[in-house]
Amino acid sequence: MIFRVFEKEELRQLFDILSDHNRVVGPVEAGRDRNGRPVYAFSDVREFNDIRLNHTVTKLPAKRYFLPFKEDLATFTIEKDNWHKSIAYNIERPFVLFGLHPCDINALNKLDKVLLHSVYPMPYYAAKRKNMFIIGLDCVPQPYCFCRSMGADTALHGFDMFITDLGSRYFVEILTDTAYNFLRHIRTEEPGEEDHILYMKVVAERNEKFTAHVDTTDLAKILDMEFQSDVWKYWGDRCLACGTCANVCPTCYCYGVEETVEINLKGARKTKMLYSCNVIDFAEVAGGHNFRPERHTRLKYRYYHKHRGFVEAFEESLCVGCGRCGESCLADITVPEVIASVRGSGGNE
Amino acid sequence: MNPELRFTDVVAEASRPQKRKDDIRNFEYSYRAEITSIYPLTDKETLYRIQIVDPEERRRFSFVPGQFIMLEMPGIDEAPFSISSSPSIRGEVELCIRSVGNLTDFLPRVRRGTHVGIRGPFGTGFPMQQMHGQNVLLIAGGLGLVPLRSPIAYVLENRSHFRDVNIVYGTKSPAQLLFTYQYEMWRKDDINMDIIVEKADPSWKGPVGLITDPLKDILSGRDAEFYYNTYAIVCGPPVMFKFVCNMLNEFHIPMQKMFVSLERRMHCGMGKCCRCNVGSTYTCLTGPVFDYWTVMNLKEAI
Repeated sequence: MIFRVFEKEELRQLFDILSDHNRVVGPVEAGRDRNGRPVYAFSDVREFNDIRLNHTVTKLPAKRYFLPFKEDLATFTIEKDNWHKSIAYNIERPFVLFGLHPCDINALNKLDKVLLHSVYPMPYYAAKRKNMFIIGLDCVPQPYCFCRSMGADTALHGFDMFITDLGSRYFVEILTDTAYNFLRHIRTEEPGEEDHILYMKVVAERNEKFTAHVDTTDLAKILDMEFQSDVWKYWGDRCLACGTCANVCPTCYCYGVEETVEINLKGARKTKMLYSCNVIDFAEVAGGHNFRPERHTRLKYRYYHKHRGFVEAFEESLCVGCGRCGESCLADITVPEVIASVRGSGGNE
Repeated sequence: MNPELRFTDVVAEASRPQKRKDDIRNFEYSYRAEITSIYPLTDKETLYRIQIVDPEERRRFSFVPGQFIMLEMPGIDEAPFSISSSPSIRGEVELCIRSVGNLTDFLPRVRRGTHVGIRGPFGTGFPMQQMHGQNVLLIAGGLGLVPLRSPIAYVLENRSHFRDVNIVYGTKSPAQLLFTYQYEMWRKDDINMDIIVEKADPSWKGPVGLITDPLKDILSGRDAEFYYNTYAIVCGPPVMFKFVCNMLNEFHIPMQKMFVSLERRMHCGMGKCCRCNVGSTYTCLTGPVFDYWTVMNLKEAI
């Protein structure tokens, strides 16, 4: 990897260069919550000053830019007994994702495994993924962040460049030639020994700040053994089956497909909508039989998919530890607590 | 001038793939197909014969018994169906459909000649060639005869490759029996067929009971060599194949030679939407046909 350092004011210059001809999406302050704390969201950005480089975690991941909550897979024109199907992948221009934290970059890398590098690669995702220019940004661990336990606290690939704040200057890791060429438009320097030392100090200080942990040792096996455990009932009784956790999850990709006819009967569309395995009819089949009718079986399935099944398939979990699901859960169910209770180390009173 | 990012056309830049499974261009492609025949089987189930329109596509389209396709009526719905016809007929499938949902409630209104879309075939099939030289038990409960009709067709067309062939078929009532016009033909090809119903009606002269009754008669008193060299295909509701597979297991038929087909509601058929997941096994990719050992290791499979 190629490393550079640059003065802080150069970042504004880089933004202006990028945004001159390209759409830029980044974290902005969307509002304040009832305690007066800022609520962050990914949004189109035109002014560098609108980007919140110090944002904590956005309520929603950047998912809607590569896995829209609702998108047409195909449209149909219908004429008498005949129809024609048109397929579009719903992206026309590349765009810049400015300021993605390591957890969200790792979420993309995980999605790549199933949506890009598995059988039947998905063009709707691929077209967007391959047209994102990603600038990663370091972060300050929050009380709910357990990315370090999930091995997702640093991003090694899946971005174009990654910026770390060294206090006085920025340290940048460059992964693609596109990023390298953009950086040629601003003043950068080869990092010196003192920059390396400073970088390592910053990283070490960040590591000290993690407070939430999940013990993942042998977790796949433990989940297999604890399939009948009563703790699932406990969490299932609390769960409202609202699907918020999937909505805010940067790695949840499950969906449903629906077809609708246009009101003039001359067209129809086939629409894909992100879904949640916690919602009651997720595993219902024709005739009404439901393979997971109780809330605890669906909540359990979600944990098994993320922390066991995905591990079996790809040797890593489908959770990056961003903590969004726990923060948004109306019933205060958090991943560290659920996993701890399954492991038998409390949390199930 | 400041640089502009270049658009990447992932479809145009994809290298020509070897297999349909790797082809990013055909993810959402559906074959245009015509409903060529509509044949009512009972008051609830109808057999549809569906043929791909394009001759070149028809020539290329083939499947193995046990696989499924996604059937699409634009604007109405798309849903998965087991193929119920002979794998030796290319470019054409027969689907036996019961009205239970958006799409299947709409289908009774369509006429012969209607164009639909089909995607697939998807999923795993029954390993028919591995069964050559072996005894075969084909066991169906209720609608389970629909997916079973494809391996039955294969066995009939390749009868010399199989030793003893038994079909065991059970339904709730005689009125629910499917494909009644074919039983005589199957029997004439040296296939033993047992039919049993749970509840008789006045016209019923055959046996009444559970599907495990005739199965027990078939399996009892054979030698170890028979059990070891027997394959079983079991299709039906989960509660039925639990009992059937337990009985096959008691007779020491190897679990790797017992195959079941799981039913789930796929929305994509290609290992993406997760709707058919059992644990985190995609029924559409690893199944719908599984050997019984695999099913035993899947949580909540049946």
